[in-house]
This record gives sequence, structure tokens and C-alpha cells, in this order.
Amino acid sequence: MVNVNCEKVWLEISNYVDGEIEPTLRTAMDEHFRTCKKCASVLAGMRNVIQLYGDERMIEVPAGYGRRLEKRLAQSARERSSGWSTWSAWLIPVAALALIAGGLRFANSLSVGEPLKSEHAQQAHGIPPEMTVVVTADAKIFHVAGCEFIHNKDTIRTLTAKEAMHEGYVPCLRCMRQYLHTADAGHTALGSEASADVDADDEHGRGR
Amino acid sequence: MAEPNVMLNNPAPAGMTREQDLIARVQRGESELFYELVRPYERRVYAAAFAILRNETDAEDVAQEAVLKAFANIRQFRAEARFSTWLIQITVNEALMRRRRERTVVMEAIDDRREEEADYAPRDFADWREIPSEALERKEVRQKLAEALASLDRKYREVFVLRDMEQLNIQETAEALGISVASVKTRLLRARLMLRDLLAGGWEQGWFSRLPFEKGSKPW
Repeated sequence: MVNVNCEKVWLEISNYVDGEIEPTLRTAMDEHFRTCKKCASVLAGMRNVIQLYGDERMIEVPAGYGRRLEKRLAQSARERSSGWSTWSAWLIPVAALALIAGGLRFANSLSVGEPLKSEHAQQAHGIPPEMTVVVTADAKIFHVAGCEFIHNKDTIRTLTAKEAMHEGYVPCLRCMRQYLHTADAGHTALGSEASADVDADDEHGRGR
Repeated sequence: MAEPNVMLNNPAPAGMTREQDLIARVQRGESELFYELVRPYERRVYAAAFAILRNETDAEDVAQEAVLKAFANIRQFRAEARFSTWLIQITVNEALMRRRRERTVVMEAIDDRREEEADYAPRDFADWREIPSEALERKEVRQKLAEALASLDRKYREVFVLRDMEQLNIQETAEALGISVASVKTRLLRARLMLRDLLAGGWEQGWFSRLPFEKGSKPW
């Protein structure tokens, strides 16, 4: 049995919350939290911080931001399509020339600055619609039963993932991620946000 | 966030999520669908830009530029990647380029050369009580949380925002900011501990005084 003191716990507590520590250390820390009120308070407070700041309501945007973004996108799409009709008459010879002159280099130059690190994202599997999940009265988030981020446990209600999504609940980014890490692939995902936010963050084994 | 009902009412082809379907259609030329694809993440795009630039006008400008860049490069997006992560990474890249260009952070850059300080000791060990998420319905609570975050040094704030608000994983956070995984972990620990202490102090000053907590208990 490994013993840890408070200082060691404070050094590892963030990794503990993220599931980024070895099982033996986790066991030792679990034991420490049972007996040390100070460290239990630090852990609970840290979870509170993560939960509060992770809430979409913490993001404030300027008034009219979405509308302006939509307008600018529409304008850009129009410019692109009108540009296409204007240039298309002589596009074919230009394209042929570009190919001759080293079209590959031209294509490469279109990439966004540095290469995007999308290879680290994982295949989207989504949440099985019939999976049993729990919700509580004080947040629009659904969890796997037993998730450490469930607040207000007195008001827990059980339902399927599909029902939760119908009712406007969104998946807990912590426990759903963990669940999907071990789940079979091939389920039909319920929605883009569910799979998008849950599938990729497979930190175990990558963030170390 | 996305709208689950809309997605359930418009099922994507078998084996594809609604988002994957949208991406494939935009890649095939249905440009008008791109905003629908981006909309669930537009607030997070702004927040990522703001975390780096600390200025509303610049953040909105960079957010728009990043979305346009994503639009222009959508054909390069790989189906197995996570669209939101790709979009946030483009945004962070744009914001960092803007900041470098404008050179407005000389003082903060000096601060960032200091060594990583991992051995931060928590200062407040109050009895903890859960804070219901509904506390966030109150503007002054959100304001206090935002002020606490803004008071952190840049290196801690940026890692915290990307990891805990933008929900990038540790590896993605490291890549987006061009720092090591070890640095991300150290800064994240420090940021989370400091925010916890800052908010515990705020509790004593009555920030959350109208919240339905039991008398004498502290939320942190």
C-alpha cells in the first residue's frame, strides 16, 4: 500500500481529476481523501471550478456576434460563387498551366498555417440511444450513473440517452468520454454535439 | 451547444452523425450549410480568441477570420477528426498570429519566461458544499468567475481556458499553444488551484451571498 502526504496529493490532484495517474497512486489518493478533510476540500473545490467554468453559460459573447458571423459567412460564400462564374471561362487553361507549373506546390500553399493536428482526434462513435443515463434537477447535463461530476444527487432521475437528448440535456464531458473509451464502436450516434464532444477526448494514454 | 431536437428530427444517413453529414455536404459544395455546422461552436470560437487577445473587438474579428478560414479549408478536414477541435485549433492559431503581429504583450511575455511553479499550496480549506449550476444564471456570479480567471497570469489562463472551457484534451492544448504536455499539466494544476482559492476568498466577501447555501458553510 502506497502512502501519500498532502503535498504529494496537491501536486497530483489535477491529474487525479483528469484520470491521468497510475492506478496505485489513485488508490493511495482515494484513501488519503477519505481521511484528510483538507485535501477532500481541495478536491471538491477543484471539481467545482471545473464544473462551473466548463458550463456553456460562462462564455459571454458581444451582442449580435452570431448574426454578424452568419452575415460575413454568407457574404464570403456569395463572393466565392460569383468569383467562380467570372473566372470559370478561363479556369481550365489556368488549371492546366498550374498543374504543369507544379500544381502540388500550389495545393500545399492553400493549407492553414501549420498543419492541423486532427490525427489526434478519434473516430466518432457517439452515444448509444438506449444507454441508461442519469440527470439531476439543477443542470442540463446527463451522466453515467456514478459519475463524480454529478451534483445534487438527491434529485437523480434515470432515463435513456435518447430521452435525455430529447429533453435538451447534453452529455457530461467527463464521464461520457470515459464510457465511450471502453464502449464498442459502431453504435449510431444521437447527435453531432454528443459524439463531437465525447468521442475524441481519449486522454488516457495520450496526455501522459 | 447543438440542438438535439433538430438533429433527431433530421436524421443523417445511416452510420453518420448529423455533423458528419453536414461536413460531407459542405465539402461537396453545399456552402450554405456551413453556418449550421459552425453555429454550435461559435461561442467557443469567440471564447478561445478572447482568451488569447483579451479584447472584444480583436476577438470577434479573429473569430470571424478563423471561421472563414475553416470554411475555405473545409475540404482538408479529415472525417475521423473532431470538427470542434479543428475549428478551435484554427482559432487559436489565428489569435496567436494576431498577437505576435501586434506585439502588445511585451510585459506578459517577460512573465512567461519565469520557471514553471508547480508547488502551489492551497490556502483555503473551508468545509465544502456543492454549488448548483444554477448559480451561473446570475450575472454577478459569472462576472466574479470571469474576473478571477482574468486575474491569472496569461500562461495559466490560456491553458485553463483551452482545457477546461474549450474542452480540448491535454495533448491538443499543448499542440495549440506550442508547449509541452508536461507544461500543460503543471499550468493546469496551478490554474485550477489558484481559481479555487480565489473563489473561496470571494465566498468570504459575499459574492455568493444570495445563493441557497447553508449558513456557515462554504462552497469550496
